[in-house]
Amino acid sequence: MVEGIRSPAESTYWLIQGRMLFLSIHLLGLAGFSYIVAKRLRPLLRGQADVRFDRPVQRLGKVFQFWLGQWRHPRYPGAGILHILVFAGFLLLATRAFSLILGFSDNFFGATLVGHIYEMVREYATTIVFACMVVLAVRRLAFKPERYAVPAKYGKGHTADAVFLLALIAILMLADSVFEASKGAAQAQLGHPAEFLAFLSLPQILENLLAAVPLAGLQRLYLGSYLVHDLTFFFLLCYRPFGIQFHVETSLFSIFFAKLDRGTLKPVRWQVSDQQLDQVKSFGVKTFDDFTWKHMLDFYSCADCGRCSDNCPANAVGRPLSPRFLTIKARDYCFEHYPVLGKASNGVALVGSIYSEDEIWSCTTCGACEQECPLLIEYIDKIVDLRRGLVDECNVPQSLQKPLKALESRGNPYGKMEKKKADWTKSKEFQPDCRVKILDGSSPADTLYFVDSVTSYDDRMQAIAQATAKILDRLGVNFGILGAAEKDSGHEVRRFGEETLFMALRDHNVEAIKASGVQHIVTADPHAYNALKHDYKDVPPVEHISQVIAREVKAGNVTFQRADENKVYTYHDPCYLGRHNDVYDDPRDVLDAIPGMNRVEMARSRDRSFCCGGGGLMLFYEPKEEERIGVKRVQMAVEAGANVIVTACPFCMVNVEDAIKVAGLEGKMTAIDLTELVEKQMVCPRKSEVAVQGG
Amino acid sequence: MEILVCVRRVPDTSENEIALNAAGNDIERDDLVYSINEWDNYAVEEALQIAARVGGSVTVVTVGGEDDEEILRREMAMGATHGVLISDGAFAGSDARGIATILRAFVQKGKYDLILTGVQAEDGGALVGGMLAAMLDYPFASLVNSIEVLDGKTLKISREIAGGNKEVNQIDLPCVLSIQTGINEPRYVGMRGIRQVASIPIPTLGVSELNLDPQLVGLAAAKVQRVDYFTPALGKGAEMLQGSREEIVDKLFELVAAKGGLK
Repeated sequence: MVEGIRSPAESTYWLIQGRMLFLSIHLLGLAGFSYIVAKRLRPLLRGQADVRFDRPVQRLGKVFQFWLGQWRHPRYPGAGILHILVFAGFLLLATRAFSLILGFSDNFFGATLVGHIYEMVREYATTIVFACMVVLAVRRLAFKPERYAVPAKYGKGHTADAVFLLALIAILMLADSVFEASKGAAQAQLGHPAEFLAFLSLPQILENLLAAVPLAGLQRLYLGSYLVHDLTFFFLLCYRPFGIQFHVETSLFSIFFAKLDRGTLKPVRWQVSDQQLDQVKSFGVKTFDDFTWKHMLDFYSCADCGRCSDNCPANAVGRPLSPRFLTIKARDYCFEHYPVLGKASNGVALVGSIYSEDEIWSCTTCGACEQECPLLIEYIDKIVDLRRGLVDECNVPQSLQKPLKALESRGNPYGKMEKKKADWTKSKEFQPDCRVKILDGSSPADTLYFVDSVTSYDDRMQAIAQATAKILDRLGVNFGILGAAEKDSGHEVRRFGEETLFMALRDHNVEAIKASGVQHIVTADPHAYNALKHDYKDVPPVEHISQVIAREVKAGNVTFQRADENKVYTYHDPCYLGRHNDVYDDPRDVLDAIPGMNRVEMARSRDRSFCCGGGGLMLFYEPKEEERIGVKRVQMAVEAGANVIVTACPFCMVNVEDAIKVAGLEGKMTAIDLTELVEKQMVCPRKSEVAVQGG
Repeated sequence: MEILVCVRRVPDTSENEIALNAAGNDIERDDLVYSINEWDNYAVEEALQIAARVGGSVTVVTVGGEDDEEILRREMAMGATHGVLISDGAFAGSDARGIATILRAFVQKGKYDLILTGVQAEDGGALVGGMLAAMLDYPFASLVNSIEVLDGKTLKISREIAGGNKEVNQIDLPCVLSIQTGINEPRYVGMRGIRQVASIPIPTLGVSELNLDPQLVGLAAAKVQRVDYFTPALGKGAEMLQGSREEIVDKLFELVAAKGGLK
């Protein structure tokens, strides 16, 4: 204890002994916080089951990378670096907070060397956090980054609340610094050896400013700042669970319990097998309690940073969907219906009250929001669960009913006859050049080419099927197709919430694939690829055609003729190949192996690729939007200076080709599938010819 | 309100390629997929919405065979309370009058305030609704595109008139209405819904259960018989545009513009 200056514990505040006062504040603060957190846990306990305690080592890895390592923050450099500074500052100051709560009024480490170093680090941390608060407040008030704006339909702006919270933290830092500074100034006036304060830190600056203040004034500042610090600290602790700052407490848990398997969908109910599903009374999310506890935790953890919506293609074209507000609205609902004081009152259908039907059907499940969220909040599973709820209530847009019915009766959304599924193999130009086996038991093959509906039936996309078959043939792959026995992979059926129909399609296809006796599956459709890889069980390993080609290119089995010098190519990452399955390099490697290839990258590429507008059933859905998503994408290719967009997905092709026309870019921009380009450029002889030459 | 909806299973025109059979008297029926007649689906949806507003039950009935049970299940999955299959060998070959006779017998066994049919069937001729009403001596309105229940005895309905006009009528209950598509947005029925009603029994009624005179139905009683079925040869008025999709669209554009359709 410093001689000549009374510590807060030994002082009296308005006749109350300091020790008693602070003990009461601490106990009240902790009790209040515990009570509020208990109330916040209540809906989680009523939520649906979720399997999140498996693979703890992998989960800890996530915590190190995304929580401690703040991995995703630098994707937005300005805000990201500020956040990292504040986060690091908070971690350093947390020991101080714990020592406060535990009743030590001073350094946790005592007057050891470690203690002195910690003091210095802490003083700088205080200073940096304080400076960050000032910068962040100025940013919010003066620069107003667009992604924080709240459109009128989503209610009032969040700036006041954000600035209030920043101010509270700033007060905390300032009070702490005044406490240190007044002590230091008093020590100096009393002639004690001055405690070293970190150079140019906030406490040191304040100490210099306070040097001339009389001792009594310093004493009051010393005691006052402690009280302010203490009250602010516990007020903040109890206030955070009411808003966006709750993520300070919950983010660690959200990240630990984050989804580990990308590209997958949550089951209808965790721990309920497909066979038991008929006994489940209600599918999907209808009321708030239908969310899993982890999804509720996500609502608490959202920091309202707006990165999800900033990257959402649906939001970008004015569809009535913003992932940010999907979360914010659920949180507001939760706070209102599970209040800290008063009774819980849940049971309202979410769609029709806080969400609109169009909002739920507008998502393309591209995953851009999830890729961006620093807290690994999940969106696709929630959207799909909400859709499952709508489907279960017979509530499906008229535009989707016909394709769904056709999928049920014909196994494809177009209602085309099954026996015509292999018609693309029979065209006059194609058949003499490449014979495609139908795997009906007459002649076996090692590899199945899973074509899927759009590529089988759509006039334009049949060219992708033919190119894929020719490539496989030229590479000497012994392959075949299922023909009439192949039904739609069901990838979008599942993502549009029709789980029962999906299961029927899947079961049919799994049977057919098993009966074909193949050891490998190849597809040129990333949606089929994702379905076969993640949604199907017990089928042979599946590869996207770009992976097959890349491997053969690497092995030196493919030679290409020179690319057209006048063309500038750009590669558009399909969501279900890139973001959902991390296949970014294979298609690029293939393109770059073509001599003379002039390839540029769009500003949004790889894991920040911008969806083409969505595949499968999304082609039938009529969204409310100001502009087509595909048009925006095509304009990005123009900005990159490209005149050919290379895709690796039939749905991207549908959307991009349409968008080129809508944008009036015909003649200036073309689209080509990777398989079409490779087939055109490939000069390796057919394997059958090799055999003839060899023999 | 007790509502009866008469429904029918038809080959789905959007999911089939309709071709004539070799004999030339019917369409090729192998490899066809069937669904509920679209107009009937709107009628069931309307019945469900009325029952939801004013209370009551919805019964769906079809005259046909075992295979037709499928559409009854589908409509029950939508929410219809009861499904009834009317099936008997004696009914084979009935014309529209025969079907109406069978339905009249069924209606007279029960007590229905409102009977709905679709305006027409995809493979039919908009006959049964009107005939059924006449046989029952009930008032009838066709092409109905909105229904409002005024009290227990009267409905206010509007009908679609050529040229896009609407006519509003009051009609006394019990009555028969033929329902036009677009009157509502029918709800979705998924496989799960159908599975959930799979175990509800659907009674099958025949000649004896309906106390019908077999002489009045079936092929022998039919006064209208199909003698031919064909796709008309292209007349001079029709021109088939040839070429790729783009070329066809361009030509169509020119033609419409030449006729003054595009300014």
